[in-house]
Amino acid sequence: MISVQVEKNQSGFMIQAEFQAPAKGVTALFGPSGAGKTSIINMVAGLLRPDSGHIQVNGRCLFDSRQGIDLPPERRGVGYVFQDGRLFPHLSVKSNLTYGMRGTPKEQRYVTFDQVVDLLGIGHLLDRRPARLSGGEKQRVAIGRALLANPSLLLMDEPLASLDGPRKAEVLPFIGRLAEAFAVPILYVSHAREEIESLAGTVLNVAAGGIVAADSGVAARSGPRAPVDAALPKAY
Amino acid sequence: MGVWHLTAVELEALKLSLWVSAWAVAVSLPAGVLTAWVLARGRFAGKHFLDGLVHLPLVLPPVVIGYLLLVLMGRNGVIGALLYEYLGIVVAFNWKGAALAAAVMAFPLMVRAVRLALESVDQGLEAAARTLGAGPWRVFFTITLPLIVPGIITGAILAFARSLGEFGATITFVSNIAGQTQTLPLALYTLTQVPDGEAAALRLCVLSVLIAMAALIFSEQVSRRFTRRLRGEQ
Repeated sequence: MISVQVEKNQSGFMIQAEFQAPAKGVTALFGPSGAGKTSIINMVAGLLRPDSGHIQVNGRCLFDSRQGIDLPPERRGVGYVFQDGRLFPHLSVKSNLTYGMRGTPKEQRYVTFDQVVDLLGIGHLLDRRPARLSGGEKQRVAIGRALLANPSLLLMDEPLASLDGPRKAEVLPFIGRLAEAFAVPILYVSHAREEIESLAGTVLNVAAGGIVAADSGVAARSGPRAPVDAALPKAY
Repeated sequence: MGVWHLTAVELEALKLSLWVSAWAVAVSLPAGVLTAWVLARGRFAGKHFLDGLVHLPLVLPPVVIGYLLLVLMGRNGVIGALLYEYLGIVVAFNWKGAALAAAVMAFPLMVRAVRLALESVDQGLEAAARTLGAGPWRVFFTITLPLIVPGIITGAILAFARSLGEFGATITFVSNIAGQTQTLPLALYTLTQVPDGEAAALRLCVLSVLIAMAALIFSEQVSRRFTRRLRGEQ
């Protein structure tokens, strides 16, 4: 179970989020641009410090303002696939992929390099530099890199937003497969309804800085489901 | 002996210049990178003061820097006396002092180049490395530092070229002693003060121009090659 309750005043814009997500499958944070979705997962990753609240992943506390706990990003075990990929330009695809893996003790690894490379179909790219990859390839490498750090939770911030239609169709199936293949829970941020319908078991609607509604959240992915739009309470 | 043949004194000045400049760069490089990092990334109260302090050698008359070094680092200076007492190091009136003077004068150029490179590094990459389990030190040495290598090379070579040309602070601090502190510009100055020195002065003048040009072109080439490699174009 992933449990998040955070408050953050970002230069006047109040973000208040409170939600729980199952420990497996894809949970979508769905909402319009500017609603604060990215800020919320940045707080989960440790890249943005909440003013108050707590964040727990599978019973492990990552942040608790009352107890004064605030783990740095490198100790949270939270993987992050950024919208813009953020591959390291000076490293080969292979070195990008193993960057997080090398820092993970062997007994804590639940995926192997070959598994990830096979699943994402990036075996032929290993010697290239990121500059020589297409948009879709970049995002697949970024997903592989995050996964190979063996995170206990994977965050994805609009990983398809910078891709055109065919590239989207190229990457989307991998994301669905990976949640099933490796049993890693995924928090998936998007404002595109069709992505979420094809991926997410649980949908959390975000409006104006707060998580406001969750649908019934059946973990099994049995075809498209429409998010439930609940009445929006004022988030601030 | 041809007009373009260097005399022993001139050759010695050339060698001394290269030696002094190399040391000036070697000593100021780590400090320069650290200072640039603090100025680019740090948020603290005295930042503007530190920024100004670093830039002082760029705007003060070199003689002032040389005199300050003499007062602080001379055998009886506040720091110089301590250096001698505890480490046995004397920097007054020898090549070490010349290297120190050159390092101080070239420091702002080095810091500016490295800082510029640091400010152009996408901090999102550093954040990404953190989420992959890398602590701040690993992030610095595996992400930040490789990405600023072109800036470091530019800074180091600018500093080297500036050190080769250092005159005012050097002559004030360590004087003009042949074989000890008489670098290329000081030798050139000496030649202009004696009768029949014109030909030799011209030689050293051309030599200075050549070295400086070579350094600048080399720095541009190397930093361009590194930038291309970072972008994966090679």
